[in-house]
Amino acid sequence: MPEIMLLIAGRTSDQGTSLNRGKLKEEYLQVTSTVEMNEDDMARLGLQAGDRIRLSNDTGETTVTCQPRKRTDLPAGMLFMAYGPSSSQLMASDTAGTGMPISKNFTVQIEKITGAA
Amino acid sequence: MDDKVKTAETSSGHVKVVENATCTFCGCVCDDMVLTVDLDQKKITKAKNACVLGRAWFAEHVHEDNVPPALLDGQPVSVEAAIEEAARILVEARFPITYGLSDTTCEAQREAVAITDMIRGNLDTTTSVCHGPSGLAFQGIGESTMTLGEVKNRADLVIYWGGNPAESHPRHFTRYAVTPKGMFTPNGKKDRYVVLVDVRRTPSAPVADLFLQVKPGHDFELAWALRALVRGRRLDPGIEEATGIPLATLTDLAARMKSCRYGVLFFGMGLTMTRGRHFNSGAVLALATDLNEYTHFVAKPVRGHGNVTGADNVVSWQTGFPFGVNFSRGFPRFNPGEFTTVDTLSRGDADAALIVASDPAANFPKAAIEHLGRIPVISLDAKETATSRLARVAFRTATYGISVAGTVYRMDDVPITLRTAFESKLPSDEDILTALRTRIKALLLARGQAAKSRSAATRTAA
Amino acid sequence: MKSHNSTPAGAAGPIRIVNGRIHDPANGIDGAVRDLCVESGRIVESAPVGARRIDAAGMVIMPGGVDIHCHIAGPKVNLARKLQPEDHRRDPHPGTLYTRSGTGGTVPSTFATGYRYASLGYTTAMEAAVPPIGARHTLEELHDTPVIDKGFYVLLGNNIFLQRLLKEGRRDEFRQAVAWWVNSTKAYATKLVNPGGDEPWKGKRNANVSDIDETNEVFGISPRQIIDAFVDAVHEMRLPHPPHIHCNNLGHSGNYATTLETMKTAGDRRLHIAHIQFHSYGGQPGKSPSSAAQPIVEYVNAHPNITCDVGQVMFGKSTIMTADAPLAYMLRNLKKNKWVNADTECESGCGIVPFSYQEKIYVHALQWAIGLELFLMSADPWRIILSTDHPNGGSFLSYPKLIRLLMDREFRKEEIKRVHKKAISRTVLADLDREYTLNEIAIISRAGPARALGLRNKGHLGPGADADITVYDDDADRERMFNAPRYVVKSGRVVIDDHEFREDFSGRLLHIAPEYDATIVQTVRPFFEDYYSIEFDNYAVGDSFLHDHEVIPSRPA
Repeated sequence: MPEIMLLIAGRTSDQGTSLNRGKLKEEYLQVTSTVEMNEDDMARLGLQAGDRIRLSNDTGETTVTCQPRKRTDLPAGMLFMAYGPSSSQLMASDTAGTGMPISKNFTVQIEKITGAA
Repeated sequence: MDDKVKTAETSSGHVKVVENATCTFCGCVCDDMVLTVDLDQKKITKAKNACVLGRAWFAEHVHEDNVPPALLDGQPVSVEAAIEEAARILVEARFPITYGLSDTTCEAQREAVAITDMIRGNLDTTTSVCHGPSGLAFQGIGESTMTLGEVKNRADLVIYWGGNPAESHPRHFTRYAVTPKGMFTPNGKKDRYVVLVDVRRTPSAPVADLFLQVKPGHDFELAWALRALVRGRRLDPGIEEATGIPLATLTDLAARMKSCRYGVLFFGMGLTMTRGRHFNSGAVLALATDLNEYTHFVAKPVRGHGNVTGADNVVSWQTGFPFGVNFSRGFPRFNPGEFTTVDTLSRGDADAALIVASDPAANFPKAAIEHLGRIPVISLDAKETATSRLARVAFRTATYGISVAGTVYRMDDVPITLRTAFESKLPSDEDILTALRTRIKALLLARGQAAKSRSAATRTAA
Repeated sequence: MKSHNSTPAGAAGPIRIVNGRIHDPANGIDGAVRDLCVESGRIVESAPVGARRIDAAGMVIMPGGVDIHCHIAGPKVNLARKLQPEDHRRDPHPGTLYTRSGTGGTVPSTFATGYRYASLGYTTAMEAAVPPIGARHTLEELHDTPVIDKGFYVLLGNNIFLQRLLKEGRRDEFRQAVAWWVNSTKAYATKLVNPGGDEPWKGKRNANVSDIDETNEVFGISPRQIIDAFVDAVHEMRLPHPPHIHCNNLGHSGNYATTLETMKTAGDRRLHIAHIQFHSYGGQPGKSPSSAAQPIVEYVNAHPNITCDVGQVMFGKSTIMTADAPLAYMLRNLKKNKWVNADTECESGCGIVPFSYQEKIYVHALQWAIGLELFLMSADPWRIILSTDHPNGGSFLSYPKLIRLLMDREFRKEEIKRVHKKAISRTVLADLDREYTLNEIAIISRAGPARALGLRNKGHLGPGADADITVYDDDADRERMFNAPRYVVKSGRVVIDDHEFREDFSGRLLHIAPEYDATIVQTVRPFFEDYYSIEFDNYAVGDSFLHDHEVIPSRPA
């Protein structure tokens, strides 16, 4: 490919509830390593719900599971995931003098992981 | 308890009901919880009025009285021994940083600032990675704002921009801003027009009368276009391409904003964490300010963690600055980008860290997390976290709002006193920080004495 | 709650201050040389053998200063702090091993505020405007404001529930509710700011009330009815301090008429007019102002039930911070720089604007001159009290300069030459030759405010008084003199010892606890449940918010 998309990280209800059970528990780690993708993009890239993909950029890379979202809810070319250890791997540390790293809306490269994880 | 008017707790057998308890999970800080507490199990079996996040906050809380209160290199030690080591680390460090503070009481926050002042360290809170940019915008623009009850009583136009309260602050709509019936809004939702601006159609969209899907990273252009339209300027139709929103829609919205009676603009981290950062927050604050030439208009960032607003307040009244403060010269200096924690860590400046009630090791940029792994870390947290796991000294503290009373500021700066559900054997953050401050002060005084006698000895020798 | 600045209890031993000239106007002492003794935090007749002896030969001794009107703590103050990093940056306040660091500027951090008041010889200060829902916040900040004793006035003049009671003619319940509110917030006094002005501001597209007899179309009552009800209720309850009012029309040309009407509303009952300089303008509304100091000061002189503080304007940087939101917006529109508006549900409005007063601007020079006219035409210094409405008219740090302006005619003449000439020519300032004496300074900055506040243990040096004492070098340059006391004793502790800051502790909270009929709670509760956003049972402030504190009793019948 390489396929480039915009990644948005944010809060979700599942992240908020699983956080209370423990941030080191499997459930939280799973919630924060699932990425939502426009259903058309998934079809185009030959991805099924639950497929694993590698996200990477200049900062780092992480492996996540993908889930489809309706085209009316999530535009093509955009990914959404809950904040957490996975999104941190892709976050650059430059804050441009503000203290705030760009945590939403950064570009990542997507590759489907084939074969055994 | 805080009122002499009515006892809010009633006990029957081993079950206790705590009325008017406060949920500290998010910045809504709802204080109308009715908690049913099983005192034998030390469990909250029911949290009436809580949202999905609040229910999880209370229901998932397991008392951890058997957990060791302090770990040194992962091994249980006495609290005293841990305080001793923590004090030594902080006093010996050349660039110690304090960070976090959003999920603890103001009483603990005040102690943490005192410690950092004393050790001439660097002080920062989770504000810097939340609405820090909005704080910077505030310094430049100001803010026309309000307490949440004003929204309930008066608002006939409510705009949410770059936020998804349905998932992050679930009761924001029902308790404060969209559906409640107030003094001048007797019909609740029917008396309000609700607008949502976001890059994707979130679960908050169904509540909105108008949803504007803005192009990612182009919130500033959208806010600036609205400012121009409010002032009656003509816009280049190219704005549609830039923002993804038809000009006619924007023109209608500008007219609606000018003609409403009491307009409110809530904005989220969708503005602060993306391209533009403080410029985005500044643009929407300026938009709300401009609208006061036509009507009454207010704006407010929708703050996140339970007491992040308290942290802003405490740090401001003690130092004059809201976050990103450095005491190395013996007085507070403010410089975001230099004294903010992502920067002090990822640049490798910090040589020790006191992390209170937050988990940077789980959500900071990779380079910052790597540096945390290289320096001695002291952590205070009610739960085990990625940060507590890598800490040299890890204190396990009692949970605020469940086992610890104290003060918490709601996102609109309204302070609320917490009620507790049950006691914990674990110390509070305030307990640990007070002990740490006392020990640090003793070490510094001893060091001051030693320096004095050294210089006296030098003089004698000369 | 623990003290942030604790020193061991009983650290202060007895003291005997000898050879100093004492100015204690409340006890009729005007410059007599006497010994002054201190033990256990109080002034006493004599100190035991072995008491610390301080030789004050050639020095001037006064009670500790009492600031009756300033803005130093609470929600609006903290917003103003956050708003102005540029103001703090150029004025650091370094810490020591014993004292906390901070920052200054017109809105200093809490620790710097306490230390700096003390270093002027001021030992008591009253925060003048706090919305009830912000009481906890204010109490937390006051706890972190070291050394000085302090309290706050609670904003009730735009309280919607109270206005409803008045509209329905329920005066007895009104009085009970006022007492409940004061109790529930741990306040020191009641405060009215632009009564009746909040509703048009919030509910009518940023409008305001302009006439004291204008009936509010939502609540159906006028500012005068609100003022009268407070004067009456506070009089009935014999609270230590009368209603403290910021009149309608602050800053507007021709507002002196409103100020006179406000004072007349009180009849012969007690009323305190805040920062009266800002309410002493002649001229036509919307046109250029002139001085109306004369009719105002004549009314005050002739009516012993009235007290006021001046709210002197001092040239330089200031910060406008007020519960009078329409006023702040008017000032904001002069330059359209940064501006804060903050609406508090059912209780108050608020506006903040960074500001600066300049000698060459007509209005600013006129304001400066009017303040000085009021001081210099005052027939009773006990009732026309020193203030700058810190930081609205200028920082409290400018008090020494203001004292010099009052005490030193030649200095005043030099300063007059520097300011807008037309403004001065529209006042009688240049013709006023009066010079304040040290005793009169002790009255306007100590004895007078303490008496107006009903603080019987402050503002004087008689046996039983709080041992709050300032010792100044007698310096012909009165600004230098009042800027740097040689000794400051607070609650019997020598805080400043031979010019050096030696002690750090929390100081006390001063508040009142008027009685009320407990059934009023059931009257207030339903209103809260309908219109507030916090639970009624979480509203009243608990005792955990009191640090060292003292309940000041009501005035004797």
